[in-house]
Amino acid sequence: MHNASKHLLFILAPLVVVFALLPGVYQNHLLLFNFVIFLILAQGVNIIYGFTGYLPFGYVGFFGAGAYGFAIMVMHLQTPAPLAVLVGGGVAVLLGLLLTPLLRLSGAYFAIANLAASLAVLHFVANPALEGITKGPYGVSLTGTFNPTHAYYAAVVVMALTVGAVVYLKNSPFGLALQAVREDAVSASMAGVNIIKMRVIAWLASALVAGLAGGIYAWYVSVFYPDNVFSGEFSIFAIVFALFGGVATITGPIVGVLILYGIYNLIGFTTPQYFQLIYGLLIMGLVLFLPAGLVSLATRRGWHVP
Amino acid sequence: MSPEKTPILEVSKLVKRFGGFHALDGLSFHVVPGEILGLVGPNGSGKTTAINVISGLYAPDGGEVVFDNVSSGGVASHKLVHRGINRTFQVPKPFLSLTVRENIQVALAYGGATGAPSIAELLEEYRLKEVADRPAADLNSAQQKMLDLTRALATRPRLLLLDELAAGLNPAELDWIAGRIKALAATGMAIIVVEHLMGFIEQITDRVIVLNAGKEIFEGTLATAVREPQVIEVFLGGEHAH
Ligand SMILES: Nc1ncnc2c1ncn2[C@@H]1O[C@H](COP(=O)(O)OP(=O)(O)OP(=O)(O)O)[C@@H](O)[C@H]1O
Ligand SMILES: [Mg+2]
Repeated sequence: MHNASKHLLFILAPLVVVFALLPGVYQNHLLLFNFVIFLILAQGVNIIYGFTGYLPFGYVGFFGAGAYGFAIMVMHLQTPAPLAVLVGGGVAVLLGLLLTPLLRLSGAYFAIANLAASLAVLHFVANPALEGITKGPYGVSLTGTFNPTHAYYAAVVVMALTVGAVVYLKNSPFGLALQAVREDAVSASMAGVNIIKMRVIAWLASALVAGLAGGIYAWYVSVFYPDNVFSGEFSIFAIVFALFGGVATITGPIVGVLILYGIYNLIGFTTPQYFQLIYGLLIMGLVLFLPAGLVSLATRRGWHVP
Repeated sequence: MSPEKTPILEVSKLVKRFGGFHALDGLSFHVVPGEILGLVGPNGSGKTTAINVISGLYAPDGGEVVFDNVSSGGVASHKLVHRGINRTFQVPKPFLSLTVRENIQVALAYGGATGAPSIAELLEEYRLKEVADRPAADLNSAQQKMLDLTRALATRPRLLLLDELAAGLNPAELDWIAGRIKALAATGMAIIVVEHLMGFIEQITDRVIVLNAGKEIFEGTLATAVREPQVIEVFLGGEHAH
């Protein structure tokens, strides 16, 4: 069997089945939904950071753009929710296109510029002058499309597509070429790789994923303010989860979300007073002792981790 | 050199400036298919810069580069790779976290070449078989140079630019790589060799260009070059400066 088929069968399929069945046996549907959203976002970060080397500190910009793309379609054009989600993804891709000049920057400069861009989009959307379109700072309320069950399953579908995309990157010359560009752009161009095109494709793919997630989030919660869907926590969490598990792998970001977001909720419920402390220590320990993520525990032993 | 052949590369009056400094200052030369041309000169004379311009890393500030009868100055590197130009780097920069095999796979998949050698052949011929599945970061510097060369060869270039490929190899390895370079030229590949090791240049080249301060100061066989007062002056001057 091809590696790609193995990855689809033993990683993607179980993940989808588990999250499709869990709502039947576990009551906290909002928590399950958040898990799926973070699985999508962490894999989106994986695509742009793990495979391409750009750390997207303003990743939430795409998520928020997707949420508002959804909301505007539903509010003004009474678009059916699934279609509005696709529009949300499209809006994020357009924003990504607008931001392609950022790809000329590298390292911390890119990260900071991306963060600034996401704040700019937040302030644009939250501008009272745009109340007629975005409802400005007053937030949106989308009663007509409220259907958490459908939104949840839409999220599972997008998660499946996103993990599928990462399986493709992990098993194709395209994914290899992206990593080559990340490792050394000059050598990659001398291997015949069009480095600008590769970076833009990865950037737009990760924007699309976050935009779809944002649209579905808007569908699920139906009432939200700009600060909710542009919250920097989405970027930070997605990045931390992906790094914790290990990027440029299929399983790393999944393991990262399941463990870290699991612990996050566990501490949050049981001992909220120590929450920030424990969580902060955990992340510091990780960065100090396992900079290549949890999966590196296995790769160091010579095991191959997909 | 075979004068009846038409050049595959013609460089004329090439200028490359960095700020006000002329790294290339009106350089002209040509290479024909199957020829091994030596490019020598003291440190900082512009050898690597010439390779960088010919391989599309820098756009020229003046003059012309014509590859295969088409102007190629300022064309993006990956397009030149597809047209048939490739190179190695003075300091190789392989894709460190990818395995040796994956490094070559990228060039095979994106080099746009038909009839390129297979991975197995390249690994075997350039002594990388044992390390094929190790990350490139694990290789020693000689192995990284060979990997850099296989990355170039996987795109099946018709013009190959070698920037100090032999530096740091031991005498047995030098003989071996000299043989490989000659075998490549015998297939019709035009090869430009930049090297400080004169014995090595003597062994493999048909003709040399001596560069100083971005200009050609001599063209001919190495045996004649070493008797030219101007060449001796430049090299001795260069040696004293260090
Ligand atoms: N990117 C650059 N920016 C500024 N100056 C440069 C750049 N590249 C080369 N130079 C300068 O141009 C001159 C020629 O450099 P080049 O690397 O071509 O020399 P070289 O002949 O390859 O020398 P060596 O034998 O030491 O490798 C040097 O003075 C160098 O400092
Ligand atoms: Mg040099």
